[in-house]
Amino acid sequence: MTSNQSAIQMVDMNKWYGDFHVLKDINLNVAEGERIVICGPSGSGKSTMIRCINRLEEHQTGQIIVNGIELTDDLKRIDEVRKEVGMCFQHFNLFPHLTVLENCTLGPIWVRNMPKKEAEDVAMQYLERVKIPEQAGKFPGQLSGGQQQRVAIARSLCMSPKIMLFDEPTSALDPEMIKEVLDVMVELANEGMTMLCVTHEMGFAKMVADRVIFMDMGQIVEENNPHDFFDNPQNDRTKMFLSQIIGH
Amino acid sequence: MNDFKALPDLPAPNATRGLVGWFKANLFPSPVNSVVSLIAIYFIITFLAPVVDWVLISAVWTGEGNAACAEATGACWIFIADRLPIFFYGIYPPDQYWRLDVCFILLVLSFGPQFFDKFPYKGPVAIFSLTAFPVISFFLISGGSFGLEHVPTEKWGGLSLTLLLAYVGIVAALPIGIVLALGRRSEMPVIRSFCIGFIELWRGVPLISVLFMASVMLPLFLPDGMNFDKLLRALIGITMFQSAYMAEVIRGGLQAIPSGQYEAASAMGLGYWKQMRLVILPQALKLVIPGIVNTFIALFKDTTLVLIIGLLDVLALVQAAIEDPVWKAVETEGYVFAAFCFWLFCFSMSRYSQKLERKLHTGHKR
Repeated sequence: MTSNQSAIQMVDMNKWYGDFHVLKDINLNVAEGERIVICGPSGSGKSTMIRCINRLEEHQTGQIIVNGIELTDDLKRIDEVRKEVGMCFQHFNLFPHLTVLENCTLGPIWVRNMPKKEAEDVAMQYLERVKIPEQAGKFPGQLSGGQQQRVAIARSLCMSPKIMLFDEPTSALDPEMIKEVLDVMVELANEGMTMLCVTHEMGFAKMVADRVIFMDMGQIVEENNPHDFFDNPQNDRTKMFLSQIIGH
Repeated sequence: MNDFKALPDLPAPNATRGLVGWFKANLFPSPVNSVVSLIAIYFIITFLAPVVDWVLISAVWTGEGNAACAEATGACWIFIADRLPIFFYGIYPPDQYWRLDVCFILLVLSFGPQFFDKFPYKGPVAIFSLTAFPVISFFLISGGSFGLEHVPTEKWGGLSLTLLLAYVGIVAALPIGIVLALGRRSEMPVIRSFCIGFIELWRGVPLISVLFMASVMLPLFLPDGMNFDKLLRALIGITMFQSAYMAEVIRGGLQAIPSGQYEAASAMGLGYWKQMRLVILPQALKLVIPGIVNTFIALFKDTTLVLIIGLLDVLALVQAAIEDPVWKAVETEGYVFAAFCFWLFCFSMSRYSQKLERKLHTGHKR
């Protein structure tokens, strides 16, 4: 399923918040269809890194090339990239004043200029895939956390993105709801979507990831296939991290 | 084994239902509450009774002229009835009153439906009331074309002038306020400084001095021969002043929107204006409905200040009528009537805003 075409390339990418060096010399190449799980302690720069991919955060030096488009200050390019990159957030960030269906059709109608009827059909199709078509008329505030996150995934998929970014999609959920969201993500992975997931769900990583990346202090410390990553970590920092999250 | 049998429904005890139940639950639930209720009822009756007597029972409703009120201990409402055309139309030529009538009917027709949930054509009616209605009204009231006699703005007055000032102020201040609020949060330094300067300048001066400036000072600075209408100047002054307030109210709403909403909208590929229009402003404006309506109500009442630059709004005409020696001792009636006019419109706005808030409520936020 993994082709050799590159979906995302980061070359010597650096980012600072003021004087604070958040991301240091990030080099990462993600092939089309590849599923990558990024983990690491909090404050290690994982979220910042994936937020650079759709330019929610700006990088200062180095290159980021997404789908062959290099991210610069050029707003047109940023819009082009954002059209092709979907994102799910830790706190879902659904639009509370719109119904579930309207949340899903907003992007297709206003960014892709799709007719309303067609956008609604597409949206219902994706809501069915995340198994909540019956909630289409409700407002986000009336749904449970797990349902909201599934709507958020459907909302991103409605834009038919080539790449999906997940920024700790299950961290704000009750344990019982984590599974329903992970199931949807596993299904998506099995369909060949290019995915970058910041998550601490190690079961998910083992099941779907092609590569696991461990970050600390703004650097990529280790990257490997999940089997070797979990069973045979090379770096001491990785070993300590894994012993802590698996040990408890 | 016994068969399960549902017990029949019994009516609730008498003491918890109907009027008796309501009294018991709300007025006399405990000894202390009962005492408080009784004291409150006593005061309401002592103070309300004379008011009701004055307004309704002893009031004079029929008759001709001041003499009919000479013996009365209550309100002299025939004074109001006698002067009602003046209060409403001001010194507009009486044979042209129908033009103001048409405008007023259009106003009621275009805003009335917003109070009814079931009314099907709210959208088109709202667009009409914001676009076609002001244009039609302007040509009707001002005249000078379509075979209508021209009525200069000096002759506009009364409640119709109050409504006109308030309508233009409200309809213009909201969009200008939105633009200023967005500008003040802009990342472009020139736009941001301009908006901050504009807002702080207008907010820092009293409306009364703005009106003075507009009517007395401005003509001094304008080149000879260039002069524009006093009413127009007052309108611009009021609009600028209120949009500065409006901008700050709306900015409060914008700041309450979590950054995640901006991020989700950006990640979707929506540009700045679409983000604002589709995601941020609908939420921000909904949050600050109470503040917006507060500003509207303040604006409505502030229109009385045009009195000091010689425009005759309803309050000015009431004052003039009170001083007219034809009617004696009618101050209270006049001011009660003026107060009632203002209260009626302000209260309607307040009710409408509450209705809007309920309608736009979409369950708990995240």
